[in-house]
Amino acid sequence: MSSGIPDRDIIEEGGAEPGEEEALEASLTSPARLTAYLRRGGVTVPILTTLIAFLVAGIVVLLTGHDPLSTYSAIFKGTGLNWLFPWVSGAERTTAALELQQTLIQTTALILVGLAVAFAFRAGLFNIGGQGQYTMGAIVAVWVGSSLSGLPAFIHIVLAIALAALAGAAWAGIAGILKAVAGVHEVISTIMLNWVAIWLGVYLFQLGGPLQDPSQSSVPVSKTVAASAKLPVFWGPAALQGLDIGIFIALACVVVFAIIINRTRLGYEIRAVGFNPDAASYAGMNVRRNYVRVMLICGAFAGVAAAMDILGWKFSLFTNDIQLSQIGFLGIAVALLGRNTAGGVVAAALLFGALLTGTSQRNLDPTVFDPNLAQYLTFMIQGLVVLLVSTDVIALRVLRGGRGIAVGLRRPRGPKPTSTEESAT
Amino acid sequence: MTSSPVPGSSGAPALELKGITKRFGSVVANDRVDFDVRAGEVHALLGENGAGKSTLMSVLYGLYKPTEGEIFVDGRQVEVDSPATAIKLGIGMVHQHFMLVPVMTVAENIVLGQEPKRAGGMLDFAGARARVRELSDRYGLAVNPDAVIEDVTVGAQQRVEILRALYRGARILVLDEPSAVLTAQEVTELMGVIQRLKEDGAAIVFISHKLHEVLEVADRITVLRRGKRVDTVPREGATERSLAQLVVGRDVLLAVDKPASKKLGDTLLEVQELHVRDDRELPAVDGLSLSVRAGEIVALAGVEGNGQQELVEAITGLRIPESGTITVGERQIAGAGVRAATEAGIAHIAEDRHRRGLVLPFTLTENIALREYRRPLFSARGWLRLRRMRDRAGRLLREFDVRGGGPEAFAAALSGGNQQKVCVAREIASDPKVLIAHQPTRGLDVGAIEFVHRRLVEERDKGRAVLLVSLEYEEVRALADRILVIYEGQIAGEFGPDVTEETLGIAMTGGQASPDAAVTA
Repeated sequence: MSSGIPDRDIIEEGGAEPGEEEALEASLTSPARLTAYLRRGGVTVPILTTLIAFLVAGIVVLLTGHDPLSTYSAIFKGTGLNWLFPWVSGAERTTAALELQQTLIQTTALILVGLAVAFAFRAGLFNIGGQGQYTMGAIVAVWVGSSLSGLPAFIHIVLAIALAALAGAAWAGIAGILKAVAGVHEVISTIMLNWVAIWLGVYLFQLGGPLQDPSQSSVPVSKTVAASAKLPVFWGPAALQGLDIGIFIALACVVVFAIIINRTRLGYEIRAVGFNPDAASYAGMNVRRNYVRVMLICGAFAGVAAAMDILGWKFSLFTNDIQLSQIGFLGIAVALLGRNTAGGVVAAALLFGALLTGTSQRNLDPTVFDPNLAQYLTFMIQGLVVLLVSTDVIALRVLRGGRGIAVGLRRPRGPKPTSTEESAT
Repeated sequence: MTSSPVPGSSGAPALELKGITKRFGSVVANDRVDFDVRAGEVHALLGENGAGKSTLMSVLYGLYKPTEGEIFVDGRQVEVDSPATAIKLGIGMVHQHFMLVPVMTVAENIVLGQEPKRAGGMLDFAGARARVRELSDRYGLAVNPDAVIEDVTVGAQQRVEILRALYRGARILVLDEPSAVLTAQEVTELMGVIQRLKEDGAAIVFISHKLHEVLEVADRITVLRRGKRVDTVPREGATERSLAQLVVGRDVLLAVDKPASKKLGDTLLEVQELHVRDDRELPAVDGLSLSVRAGEIVALAGVEGNGQQELVEAITGLRIPESGTITVGERQIAGAGVRAATEAGIAHIAEDRHRRGLVLPFTLTENIALREYRRPLFSARGWLRLRRMRDRAGRLLREFDVRGGGPEAFAAALSGGNQQKVCVAREIASDPKVLIAHQPTRGLDVGAIEFVHRRLVEERDKGRAVLLVSLEYEEVRALADRILVIYEGQIAGEFGPDVTEETLGIAMTGGQASPDAAVTA
């Protein structure tokens, strides 16, 4: 119960009015409360969260008998971000460029799965199904990309991306329809659909599976994407996985996301339903239809993410890759760290993209830290980020003397009687 | 505090707050407030939203640490650093919103936290039930210890809260707006309970907005305004007018200055033979018919839970009626949904502004657009017209004198009265034919109530049809041109505005109204 916190609520509403506050909490869905809370923290809190996560991970590195500072600097070098420093030159610059291309390739898909989760959050839904939606998108992208090989490149690419987006949308749409029609909680349905998608993929591409590559009968893998469906590489050698145009498609999707949310009637409805379904139906909105629409859009983002990976650099889909992929869950961390905003998602995706690349076998100097171990650092930091999101909710509660998250909705400005008077005139 | 002790009590007051100051940053929520209450006395705490009543009680209950000031219990100085300490000192708090576990029984809720135990750590349920029964008999608090909380009425839940405080040994009882959630009948029962507690020697702090209740139950009345104690007055000699003046700091029109309805126009809202079921699929509105003409305020009076909610939801398109017609002007809107109702010209000041009327994390601009966002005014081809939304919000906020933030402020940041002004502004601005006002002044302070009432009369005079659904007798009488009483989903009588509370009360509870009270319209 710190007394130094100026609390507008108390001052203007006369103290507590415990009732007002509870009514407020009750009228909000829990994802909406989380969203509102997250948005309130500004840029400082996520940066702090990241720093703490790195600090904790650094302690773990120390415990394994390595030097955290040199490990982190090796990871940083592995991300290729040192390419941005003008003083890096020569062979070092060439390597850095290759590594940065890797980082940005990872970032591309992470941006899109991050959007898939963030969009749902803005509508008051938890989309835990990014993984399944991504998998369905990947299955369709690789299937379309590897068949229809006679098509002109542009049409082939557009078709593959569009159908992957549709597949992801359809998969998420199932959860949306189940929620709208039968009230099935989307957390349950999306998690279950993840498993259905994963095992569907394994079935399709396993040895003897219907879509397994017949030319490699002993490998459980899809056919390879045709040249006409591969995304053009614009930076670096295509043979060494240079950077493809997927990053621009992802950034375009970020713009689409921001425009839908902030500028359109659809976004307005989605946010209203997300914050308060009762008020939304009072406004004449169809709450159930909105659940379906939101999930469709989320799934489309995840499907495009998969298309970017498949058409950009993977070109084929291995069954063990389907089973081991964690990208949908990284998307949750990206959305949470990015505070469900367009810019935040890009920044958080870059962070995780850089971590994945920086700790990879290919890029991390094994004499400093074993890449096999380092990869777990990424997932540890991912876990810490999600965990810390909940701890700063607790921290805020403690700071505000046990008053709930709802307080976080109140605009964080100190008592400024003057501004109140101005606006009252 | 120099008021003379209440006859029958002597010595130090049961509770005394001296010079309580509570600052939040640079803002003072309580400014050197003195307050005391004696055993066997009811001391009312009166003030507008934001006057500092709840802050003061939070200090008393150990939720806030006072910046300055002292607290005495039975003349002994104490430090209340947590609710647990407050309970130990015999201070009990009954919050406006109950803190009960819905799936547990009355007895379980009451003993929660201080369960009677038998040897071996087992709970002594029989003992708990017996103790609850003993307490409830003693104070006439009719509750069944074995009933599950979610099945009992709001009034009963409140009695459980009171019993819980008594069970924990409270002798100083703080009732925070206890009547806000009760029906008229339950309020009467509550007053009886308070009387018995008082006779038994409890010291009671009674917090309320409602002047007539305070006058009915309190021995002394302390008025807070902007964090300061304005005055403490004995009940004798106090009137609603004098109290209202203390609360607001100026003269208040308690009765709305309402000229008789000028001229009645066409029938704008016509409900015929309407049947609506509630959430449990039970008939809530049962063959109800009513009509409201342009230029009149028709009040629908009744005890809560007699179908008002379902009727309003059916008219505003939120609920699909089973059968019957609802006509607005020429248009048939029964079961056609909210959008059709809005387009036909229905505006709806919702009963619960937090649950329904506002999206609290939205800005005021976004909230003002809530009901009309689809109209070309605010959007075209799926795009929002943000500047127009903002302009409209700015204009309405000025016109309706909404304080506490501009168009970009969040609705959650406003006080209750200002939030309600936003709702009223939005609904009126949509230029409706029919204005449905469902409990439009619930939880508002005197000043805000006056404002809402004045606007409703103005809209009537502009030729709108106003249907007021209210549980407050004063409000119904002050505003209505005609009063319809709803009982068990049917219209149980029609009265003029000069009807007595008694007659109305009888009709509202299903009794036969005396024939001379009925108005032949």
